[in-house]
Amino acid sequence: MAVITYRQAVHDTLREELRRDENVFLLGEEIGVFEGSYKVTAGLLQEFGPRRVVDTPIAEEGFVGLAAGAAMLGLRPVVEIMTINFILVAIDQIVNHAAKIHYMFGGQCAVPMVIRTPGGGGQQLAATHSQNFEAWFAFVPGLKVVCPSTPYDVKGLLRSSIRDNDPVIFLENLALYNTKGEVPDDAGDYTIPIGVAEVKKEGSDVTIISYSRMTVLALDVARRLEQEQGISCEVVDLRSLRPLDKPTIINSVKKTGRAVIIEEDWRSYGVGAEVAATIQEDAFDYLDAPVRRVAGVEVPLPYSKVLERAALPSAQNLIAAINQTLEGVRT
Amino acid sequence: MGKVDEQLRQSLTTDADGEMQQAAPHYAPHDLAKEDPEQLKHYYYMMLLMRRFEERTGEMYTKAKIGGYCHLNLGEEATVMGLMAAMQPEDYIYTNYREHGYMLARGADPGAVMAELFGKETGVSRGRGGSMHLFDRKSNFMGGYAIVGGQIPLALGAAFALKYKGEPGVAFCQMGDGTTNIGAWHESLNMAKLYAVPLVAFIVNNGYGMGTTVEKGSAEPDLYKKGCAFRMFGERVNGKDVLAVRDAVRRHREMALNGEPTILECVSYRLRGHSVVDPARYRSEEEVRAGRSEDPVQMFAKDLLDAQLVADAWLKETADRVEDEVQKAIDFAEQSPDPDIKELFTYMYATPVANTPGAEEALAAAREAGGEH
Repeated sequence: MAVITYRQAVHDTLREELRRDENVFLLGEEIGVFEGSYKVTAGLLQEFGPRRVVDTPIAEEGFVGLAAGAAMLGLRPVVEIMTINFILVAIDQIVNHAAKIHYMFGGQCAVPMVIRTPGGGGQQLAATHSQNFEAWFAFVPGLKVVCPSTPYDVKGLLRSSIRDNDPVIFLENLALYNTKGEVPDDAGDYTIPIGVAEVKKEGSDVTIISYSRMTVLALDVARRLEQEQGISCEVVDLRSLRPLDKPTIINSVKKTGRAVIIEEDWRSYGVGAEVAATIQEDAFDYLDAPVRRVAGVEVPLPYSKVLERAALPSAQNLIAAINQTLEGVRT
Repeated sequence: MGKVDEQLRQSLTTDADGEMQQAAPHYAPHDLAKEDPEQLKHYYYMMLLMRRFEERTGEMYTKAKIGGYCHLNLGEEATVMGLMAAMQPEDYIYTNYREHGYMLARGADPGAVMAELFGKETGVSRGRGGSMHLFDRKSNFMGGYAIVGGQIPLALGAAFALKYKGEPGVAFCQMGDGTTNIGAWHESLNMAKLYAVPLVAFIVNNGYGMGTTVEKGSAEPDLYKKGCAFRMFGERVNGKDVLAVRDAVRRHREMALNGEPTILECVSYRLRGHSVVDPARYRSEEEVRAGRSEDPVQMFAKDLLDAQLVADAWLKETADRVEDEVQKAIDFAEQSPDPDIKELFTYMYATPVANTPGAEEALAAAREAGGEH
């Protein structure tokens, strides 16, 4: 196994897929000459040229729609939206077009495209540059939404996304780009199926359900609680938000009887709300305590470091929620 | 590219001199002796088919056979036929939601189009799309789109793909006059020019975006000039003149194939309201009378008669033939089956993956609706 960063995992997979399939091309702002705002696409313009690595003007609606149209003719565009905050001006092309075309036209035309974009707060980028819009897209039938938390999952899920024949929103996280993890040494061509969650850590007292950066935080908390307080946490990493792997969530909750969801997006109407509803519908009789949610505070994310930290979900928030869930068990 | 540059230069120079015509060129007689008579007769037949198809569609709508929104091509037959006469099989077309006639003239079976309007399984989009979302993969008819301007970035993508794959063909993007005011127009045309892709922006200027006049909606009411920000060649033709439209499309197609995307504005007129249910009270009687006095179908019939290419008897025969075909299309739609409720989720994803919601719910819904449908 080799240890690489999350950023490297995205980069390497894009490179491999560009080599593997002539129909794959990259499209986005500053991805070529500038090598990407977060340097994910560094070196790819030199290797593949401007036909395969296409710099666009600042026109997200236009180039996301371009990608959808090109996908309708059989190409496999991989669009980079510099950060998820800029995706809102392209939402009509994603929701009203890419997500609808296959169904609305009676299955005559697929739209095999990927939109990869990083989100998340914690970089002092303030209100308009620190957001998590995953729930907006996970809401939409016709889209697939994935959100890997590790370099290993990045590689497996990005391969699946590029080879999939539907529009896939591939959510990265700014704070994960420099995190490291193991990937197979050989150019092993493994894939991870879209729509399948993973139990990242087994446990018996409580299930923590999370995705993307919050999985990293959850695993850290789970290890600490196990060592320091002897609490055995199971960590379910959703990996896909649409489709949502309900069986994996339900099986885990049936085993532990308790669930805490941690998400970086806003609490109301967020991913956690959907997961909590799923648990009460399908595992109500197994619950020993109410399902709890840890989420972003519902404010536009402030610039001040102190305020920003207070608004983002933290390890302390998660520990507090777990302890609440376990109240009565340990006294 | 020399010819293209010259055309572009001329257009820019003319703009600067302010000499461009405000109105579309008048309907002028063509030298029909140079034309293939069978082709001209086909144009007429198809224009009449569109006319009667749409009139009967309006009738079916009032009988509640057709639901939702329904927009007719009445009055735009010459524009539609002119475009389709010049388009080649390898070309692609994206349209807005006023597209029944385009699909007919592209060669679709009228029965399958009517069946789509009726929401039947035999419809061109299997009853999933309806009037505003016709699609036919076989003829590269890449969809009617009902979000104004949504089709422009998609058509740009098709043009991009043609160039990327080195395939011949042009992507045509049909739209109404009001569409030239939305952001997608500007973003897409800018990129079309930057990437030098084979795209023709085909504007049907019927004078109104719903009830808003072109002048009230666009600070530059000469829509063909709106490409100047992208140094894009633009031209305006009389959209009631099928041959003028056809010849213009041929020119624009050549330019697009040479990597020079263009704008073609066809000045047309809506014989009825924005949609079937719109009484169009925002138009004066005088204007409507003037609009109807230049009926493109009638004018073309007169041209054919004057040139002695057809006789009254042929016109009568054609009318009967069209009447019969449209009736057959209605009968086919009427007799076709509804989609099966069990198939509610069938086209959800092109690549099925684990945990996709749907299949079970669809079966349950089918059972609730009375078992086997």
